[in-house]
Amino acid sequence: MRIIIIGAGKVGYFLAENLCKENHVTIIDRNSAALRKAEENLDVLCIKGSGVSTSVLLEAGVKQADLLIAVTSTDEINMVCCLTGKKLGAVQTIARIRDPEYAQELSLLKEELDLDMVINPEQAAADEIARSMNFSTAMNVESFAKGRVRLVEIKVTEDMPIAGMKINDIPSKFSSQILIGVIVRGDEILIPSGDYVIEEDDSIYVIGKSSNIYNFCKMLGKCPVKLKNVMIMGGGRIAIYLANLLTEMGMKVTILEIDKEKCIELSELLPEALIINGDGSDEELLQSENISDVDAFIAMTGMDEENLMSALIAKQNGAGKVIAKISRLNYAKVANNLGVDSVISPKLITSNQILTYVSRNNVETLHRIIEGKAEIIEFIVDRKSKILNTKLKDLKLPHDVIIATIVRKNEIVIPHGNDLIKEGDRVIVIAKNKNVSQLKDIIAYNRGKA
Amino acid sequence: MNIRLVLKSIGLLLTCEAIAMIPSLVVSFIYREHTALVFVDTILMIFCFAVPLCMIQTKHKNMYARDGFAIVALGWIIMSLFGALPFFFSGYVPSFIDSFFETSSGFTTTGASILTNIEILPKGLLFWRSFTHWIGGMGVIVLTLAILPSLGARGIQMMKAESPGPNPGKLVPKVGETAKILYGIYLVITVIEVSLLILAGMPLFDAFIHTFGTVGTGGFSNMNLSVGAYQNIYIEIIITIFMFLSGANFTLYYYMIKGDLKAPFKDEEFRFYFGMVAVAIALITLDINGHVFHNLWESLRHSSFQVVSIITTTGYVSTDFEKWSMFSKIVLFILMFIGGCAGSTGGAMKNIRIILMLKIMKRELMQIVHPRAVYSVRLGKKAVDERTLSEVLGFFFMYILIFITGVLVISMDNLDWATTISSVAATLGNIGPGFGIVGAVGNYSSLSDLSKLTLSILMIVGRLEIYPILLISMPSFWKRLSI
Repeated sequence: MRIIIIGAGKVGYFLAENLCKENHVTIIDRNSAALRKAEENLDVLCIKGSGVSTSVLLEAGVKQADLLIAVTSTDEINMVCCLTGKKLGAVQTIARIRDPEYAQELSLLKEELDLDMVINPEQAAADEIARSMNFSTAMNVESFAKGRVRLVEIKVTEDMPIAGMKINDIPSKFSSQILIGVIVRGDEILIPSGDYVIEEDDSIYVIGKSSNIYNFCKMLGKCPVKLKNVMIMGGGRIAIYLANLLTEMGMKVTILEIDKEKCIELSELLPEALIINGDGSDEELLQSENISDVDAFIAMTGMDEENLMSALIAKQNGAGKVIAKISRLNYAKVANNLGVDSVISPKLITSNQILTYVSRNNVETLHRIIEGKAEIIEFIVDRKSKILNTKLKDLKLPHDVIIATIVRKNEIVIPHGNDLIKEGDRVIVIAKNKNVSQLKDIIAYNRGKA
Repeated sequence: MNIRLVLKSIGLLLTCEAIAMIPSLVVSFIYREHTALVFVDTILMIFCFAVPLCMIQTKHKNMYARDGFAIVALGWIIMSLFGALPFFFSGYVPSFIDSFFETSSGFTTTGASILTNIEILPKGLLFWRSFTHWIGGMGVIVLTLAILPSLGARGIQMMKAESPGPNPGKLVPKVGETAKILYGIYLVITVIEVSLLILAGMPLFDAFIHTFGTVGTGGFSNMNLSVGAYQNIYIEIIITIFMFLSGANFTLYYYMIKGDLKAPFKDEEFRFYFGMVAVAIALITLDINGHVFHNLWESLRHSSFQVVSIITTTGYVSTDFEKWSMFSKIVLFILMFIGGCAGSTGGAMKNIRIILMLKIMKRELMQIVHPRAVYSVRLGKKAVDERTLSEVLGFFFMYILIFITGVLVISMDNLDWATTISSVAATLGNIGPGFGIVGAVGNYSSLSDLSKLTLSILMIVGRLEIYPILLISMPSFWKRLSI
């Protein structure tokens, strides 16, 4: 596939990094420093210039392009790029549009500009946070098969009964309806086989039916409590989207915002929420607002560092679950090590959505976890597939790839060696990153051979 | 510095070199020469070194600019060392330093030789000697990138360090495919030239040798008198045209294939290159007409062959230009510093750098006329990055500095002015023949071992455009943390 990415910022770079292995990627940006970084590290073609300019687009080969992704910092530029690109011959266009003003008329814009996909990172981030609120123990939650299957990340602590247990023993002691797909131990990522032993401080990714995951968490002694009080620090766009979602879910929302004007605006927009004018990194203020009784504290100002520090202060003062928003992806690991329960990055979410869109011909859902080192892919098996009616143990899957779940109509199967894949099944596969192209090959091969 | 990755990549390069020796082995078999055994020995020996290197497991896959430079610099030196083995083992070149000189002269497409009688060499060795030109012309790394996809994204660092010109660009998003396209064009040009030379009456084997020498802008011939031995005007014209084509940017041919037939004339560097060639031919023709040759046609024939041969840094000789007047010789000497275009197989400083330096000069002068004016240097329609400009100036300084250092070392041989200075200019610029003892009909055999070794290194320095070799000789380059 020939892909043109306009804007070599964080999202553009991340996209290019993930797409350049299997596609021909060209990046356009006006900033030569950003381009140099991309050129030195990635196998892509870089063109300096404005993505709005016809000549630059033509130079980038827009006529043969299959996809044009506009992710510059300005909504208007993104829209014009996509419009021009489409007129010049790009088959599909994706634009990032984040201004809530435009969000109202999104469907109109989409139609008029002939956009194939519009991403609103703030809205997407708010959705993601709201989803993870349902599982208070988990650090991250992803959902598959339209929400019927969930994947949660859990940090193993000393007091959990599974610490020191072999994977094989888990079904007998707990429940056979869940599967541990990935273990992160220090820097290592393992796709575990039966005789792996779970250790303290591992992060485990557990996949299964929503209710089973809920029960599993309960058995771990970390009973997922229903969150009631949520405190949000920073009253930006995500906060507005999120406050609305959480109120709908029946939670009480408090928003801390340092700017008086903004507070007034927020209180007009969000009548249900409690708006407090003050600095969220001020310990006194947090204590006076009874931080210890808050079930979840979400730091999402524009500054990564401030978010991390405030989240840690809140945690120390007894807040239940703390979430920090970051835009620099390399902070994520450090933040998790420091004790921030969950880290949300709108840029990563945006990128994942686009990546899923790009590979959607083959897959239903695609999530990249642990900085993209592992992927979880959901696809629907069609009639022609060759892996139909073959016992799983006879399928020659590449190393480090497992079939995690099979969703058959209303039944959710955690597969064993003797299970079969049938037509119309949704199959969820976990793969370590390096095998992804191979895995795709296997799927393609199996389809092609039929 | 990712030493494991550097070693592994050098292993890959050596594997490529061993593969590149196979055609020479086949030639030896065809002519039933005993040198076939020499090639078998060398190939086995290279594999003994390359296989363990390729087996190295790398912890980190990341390759930074520093690693790329290390691979290219070390890779070229090591390849020249191994490439010298067939000459040494066969006994035709008894000294290893001489063998090394001959091989680095081949890989760097210099074409300077220490052989006094080329014609007695077996065909297999002659083929290997010229085939090194063909590989070295477009670049060993580029070849590795084209045939071994495993290097993938990391390749660009190495390609940058190897490709000539200040800003080597990619034609298509993937490095591997860019390399394939470049070698594709290269191969097509080679095939066309071989066919034309055969049509013009050259024997098949000689046609291959001279084509490798031309498209790689190398200059090795299998005749003692070089191209002059054939006394065939058609051969000279064909070689002149192909030398000129090989000295131009190969990217332009890609654009021509893509349908933009006027691409070369839109390119400022190509116009400058064309202009330089035309002016130099005109000056020399007028100068030598009547003195050396009797008619204008004869003067034009030899002046154009010689001008194109020197500016593209090929170094083929159609007549003994040592006998020309001083003015003509100095014009040729100046051309030795200019060289081909960026992205060609030619060596020396490259036309694009000369253009940029002239523009910088103009800007400096204009700055005095209008002290507060802001000028940006443009190439074609695009403004050139200030960083590129300072790199060009830095490059020029380093080139001259290395030239002077080289002259100082060679001067210890106590030879005449012309030999001392031109031998350094001709090897650093990858031309081949100079003036005096190392002139059109001479060779480098009478120089001391120290001079030969220095000149061999200078050839690699010049081919890789100075930076890689200077970098690896800096101690802080090798430190994990250089503060």
